[in-house]
Amino acid sequence: MEHTDIAVTAGPASARSPRREGLPALALLAPFLLVFLLFFLVPAVETFWLSLTESSLTRTNAFVGLANYATLVRDPSFWDALGNTFYFSLLTVIPLTALGLVMALLVNRFVRAQGWLQGVFFLPFVLPISVMTLIADWMLQPSSGVINHILGSQRPWLADPAWALPAVAIGTVWWTVGFNMLLFLAGLRNIPAEQYEAAALDGARGWTLFAHITWPALRPVTTTCLILQLIASLKVFGQTYILTSGGPFNTTRVTLHYMYETAFTQSDAGYAAAIAMAFVAVVILLSLLQAWIVRWLARRDA
Amino acid sequence: MTNLSPNLRSNLFWTVVGAVSAILLAALWAAPLLWALSTALRPELETVSAEFHWLPRTWTLDAFAKTLAAGNLVRWLFNSALVALSVTVVTMAVSLMAAYAFSQLRFRGRGLLFALAMLAFLVPFEALLVPLFRTMNQLGMINSYAGIVLPQVVSPVVIYVFKGFFDAIPADFREAAVMDGAGPLRVLWSVYLPISGNIVWAMAIVTFIAAWNNFLWPFIIVTSNDMMTVPLGLTQTYDAFGVRYAQLMAAALLGALPVAAAYILFQRKVTQGFLAASGLK
Repeated sequence: MEHTDIAVTAGPASARSPRREGLPALALLAPFLLVFLLFFLVPAVETFWLSLTESSLTRTNAFVGLANYATLVRDPSFWDALGNTFYFSLLTVIPLTALGLVMALLVNRFVRAQGWLQGVFFLPFVLPISVMTLIADWMLQPSSGVINHILGSQRPWLADPAWALPAVAIGTVWWTVGFNMLLFLAGLRNIPAEQYEAAALDGARGWTLFAHITWPALRPVTTTCLILQLIASLKVFGQTYILTSGGPFNTTRVTLHYMYETAFTQSDAGYAAAIAMAFVAVVILLSLLQAWIVRWLARRDA
Repeated sequence: MTNLSPNLRSNLFWTVVGAVSAILLAALWAAPLLWALSTALRPELETVSAEFHWLPRTWTLDAFAKTLAAGNLVRWLFNSALVALSVTVVTMAVSLMAAYAFSQLRFRGRGLLFALAMLAFLVPFEALLVPLFRTMNQLGMINSYAGIVLPQVVSPVVIYVFKGFFDAIPADFREAAVMDGAGPLRVLWSVYLPISGNIVWAMAIVTFIAAWNNFLWPFIIVTSNDMMTVPLGLTQTYDAFGVRYAQLMAAALLGALPVAAAYILFQRKVTQGFLAASGLK
């Protein structure tokens, strides 16, 4: 901080020449560059480097080239974890987007209840993950849980291989849908009221208004929402780790959970780094693919 | 009623459908927290009794009192407050200075550096866990506040939002101050900051909530119960309280309270901040 002050006040700044502003710029950027380098750039490069080595959590033993990747493509546990991650994304991306839209439409429609409705839908999103998991775990208890009481069943939801991941997905929808609602609300508020008034004069109403004005206008927001949601869903870890520890029979062990186990319980940092690299590649490729599909659909409809 | 025009009848239909769905959805979304509250307000024995009751038969604050007395919750709340505040203050300072430089100063390599910073959008933090842990281990920062805070202050989103805001401020603003001989930090502090109050507060609150709720990084870097933050500590409550649901729900609600209060108090700012961070506004 002190250093910044000195550098900044040295010499009267007047002309906007790169040479004059280079030093102050460096001084202002220095704190950011330091943390960026230490906590992003170096670890990012190091992840790649580690993936080419045989390393533990504390030391690097040998350079092994692409051996970790060769193991990875033939590792059924990795593919299972990736499959679980995709399944979780399938269970969450579309419902979270659709429900976010419905909530936004409702909040927008009932002006008098707006503050309350928006608050109720959004509040779970600002809560810590473990608040959600604690409540979900209690509600899903086999014998004393409220869900089984309502359904009149005794199902051990989180220990049932068919139900564990869907149950976590439902908890996640409750927890995070508020954010998507917010995106759609912003989209809705950007639609000029005159458009509706003009269409209403032409006799359009209800569903027609939605199909011809609202939905087309929300297209960009929907795209943003789908992509952000896909990335968020692929990054799932906390929910499954806390609620099911990956069980039963690894049916909820997702990619990041497998990476975590490999690094922190097996202390195989090299292999974990290879999993991390594969994970980044999957996230980037899938987001690009999704963006491309959405754009293709839009062009086809236009 | 019979001679309503089709237009009005359609409107009425959609209003009723909408109102019913709004009430149902709102009830569904409020239910888990209300149920947690209803559980936390009963004696422990009632939570496992064979008879089912929506509301406590005996109302008591026993579970809250026991939770606060028995576990480490107060300590976790303190840790979370300290960590979230530090992350927020440092992130704001670091990002404001960087955004100002990226937006208002001309220097060589500006475009390249900014692109590099934005690269952090593309690479999820999760992918950096292993080397970050190794580095922290070497630096002896496991189980330390600095270790929890520092990796969280790299926030390209905040820089991106601030830069966008500064870009939109007319250049005359700055030129007048520069003419008076003020250096960049002074211009940032006394010219740009006062007119950016709104967006700075919004981003600060959002950063605070995100830091308070961060689970993954504290989960990796903290192993001692005394250094845990609320989201991490709450996952240890089974060990602390055993399977005692009234106490577990009391702990969950107490852990939720600070962020819930922050949201309810600053609803507008929180909304604005999250929207800005998503790049939509």
